[in-house]
Amino acid sequence: MENQFFVNAEHLPPKALAKKHRLETDPAFRKNHMEYLPGMEVTKSDVCANVMAQMNSYDYFKYTAVDVKAALEHDTCSIEDFKALLSPAAEPFLEQMALRARLETSRHFGNTVYLFTPLYIANYCENYCVYCGFNCYNHIKRMKLSMEQIEKEMKIIADSGMEEILILTGESRGQSSVEYIGEACKLARKYFRMTGLEIYPVNTDEYRYLHECGADYVTVFQETYDTDKYEKLHLFGHKRVWPYRFDAQERALRGGMRGVAFSALLGLSDFRKDAFASALHVYYLQRKYPHAEMSLSCPRLRPIINNDKLSPLDVHEKQLCQVLCAYRIFLPYVGITVSSRESAKFRNGIVKIAATKVSAGVSTGIGDHESKYTGKETDNVQGDEQFEIDDNRSFDNMYKDIEKEGLQPVLNDYLYV
Amino acid sequence: MNNDKLMIGGHEFHSRFILGSGKYSIKLIEAAVKDAGAEIITLAVRRANTKEQESILDYIPEGITLLPNTSGARNAEEAVRIARLARELGCGRFVKIEIMRDSKYLLPDNQETIRATEILAKEGFVVMPYMYPDLNAARDLTNAGAASIMPLASPIGSNKGLAAREFIQILIDEIDLPVIVDAGIGKPSQACEAMEMGAAAIMANTALATAGDLAMMASAFKSAIEAGRKAYLAGLGRVLTRGASASDPLTGFLRD
Repeated sequence: MENQFFVNAEHLPPKALAKKHRLETDPAFRKNHMEYLPGMEVTKSDVCANVMAQMNSYDYFKYTAVDVKAALEHDTCSIEDFKALLSPAAEPFLEQMALRARLETSRHFGNTVYLFTPLYIANYCENYCVYCGFNCYNHIKRMKLSMEQIEKEMKIIADSGMEEILILTGESRGQSSVEYIGEACKLARKYFRMTGLEIYPVNTDEYRYLHECGADYVTVFQETYDTDKYEKLHLFGHKRVWPYRFDAQERALRGGMRGVAFSALLGLSDFRKDAFASALHVYYLQRKYPHAEMSLSCPRLRPIINNDKLSPLDVHEKQLCQVLCAYRIFLPYVGITVSSRESAKFRNGIVKIAATKVSAGVSTGIGDHESKYTGKETDNVQGDEQFEIDDNRSFDNMYKDIEKEGLQPVLNDYLYV
Repeated sequence: MNNDKLMIGGHEFHSRFILGSGKYSIKLIEAAVKDAGAEIITLAVRRANTKEQESILDYIPEGITLLPNTSGARNAEEAVRIARLARELGCGRFVKIEIMRDSKYLLPDNQETIRATEILAKEGFVVMPYMYPDLNAARDLTNAGAASIMPLASPIGSNKGLAAREFIQILIDEIDLPVIVDAGIGKPSQACEAMEMGAAAIMANTALATAGDLAMMASAFKSAIEAGRKAYLAGLGRVLTRGASASDPLTGFLRD
């Protein structure tokens, strides 16, 4: 069964509706997704070619239980071993994989689990990505916080005890300019020890500017490494340009950022190939930029406003766990983040095996931290959410639950130097 | 044995176990001090950079020397900045230099470490550089004003023990500063072995932090380090590296 991605568009004026339908039905009407748009920096790099060559030749049905057992016995996990661990043949070995993953996690990270929270400052978007609640044709309440509103949100979050923040926007240069985001980063430095960004991809000089404003980590999700599928899901806007997105982490590192995060959105395409490519993206960039800190996320597709049927299809919790264990065994030094898209039970379990960072006190809406954190009714205008979350735990509850699991919650391990 | 003191930068220590940083917790500090007898405790400045800071610093008992480290630094300049910040935070004169340009194995960069050592030693810090066991670099560190050198035994957190044994032995034999074996010590027996070789002290963290019973493991390290030290002071018996010694001398056929 395939996902039915298209949202109801009864609120659109006829001209916009006609364009939306044409984008959906007429591939010739859509721009070439592999071609850069004016202003987009072209990065000379062999990382993409390496990742794509590996992914295209990955035939996961080729691997057998013998390969999986061998992979688990090897001291160092090679790319071939990783292929076996991600294959269907590894599913019966999930417990053994978890044991090995736990060992690697404990070697590299001890018992620590980092906590952070996202802060969405705007949900305007100039793209039509069919699975995303923020897409420009979706009828939702749009909003962009002013600097005063951002500061108010930050104060509320900082008061809860949180020390690391991830600033997010919808992908709209027009509404949320680089300068606007830069000012938000400067505010964040006042209230938090660590500031990360998850915004539209920008050029190297813009990453450098944002770093100087106080941001040090950049997250860009590639969504899917299957370029044909990407073309069918990202029908319009800057985000449609697949290679510019692929090189975002490399530009961020060249711009002086300390670390970068990667992910595919599991459920959009063949999850094994997407997981494989995500990890190799990290692997090859790490070889090229050995000083950089790298982390992987593993989001699965979630329901959105006006489309509650979206699901991650064949990526059930077992498969997600397999992917995470394989990531950990292949890349033992890499941070792994598990977001509130997953249930409290899953997150409690996975922090004991592979995850090293979890979000808490999460809202994917705009300007609603006061009502969500204090329960206080406000007259504030609020913007709608990007997707539905599953784990609603507050910072306090998450902190206590991590301790209960015998792990050590860590709020910060970072210095801006 | 009672007069056997460890001298670093003019300071006197009786314990030869140093708690590393990284996997930090109040329980770990407690076990290290009470059960392993640690007198020096490393503190990652970047980990202390938290609102919980007070609670970590507050817990350090009286008489314990805090050894702030510069983890997170990618070059000499960043290490110097972190060291100065540590001094402002009230962490004292000691500093352990850690400079990594590699996030995978966390291997130290000797060249940058020598530069940072020179700057910080001139500023009056008691500099304890973490290093890759290389004789030339160790000599440069000595000349740069280091108070000790801290070669790694094997990759940090790997619990693989004395993978760099031969090279550490060279440092012990050639360098006049205390050689403190840091990183990779996974079990008490490995700590004991390093002490038998003549190491001045052992730094460990992961081996304790990930043990089932922190307190018991801490006390096991204490015993092992003391045993190794005693063996070193006692002068180990002849160790044959190849074959056994023949009971009849091989040269017994010689007539005069």
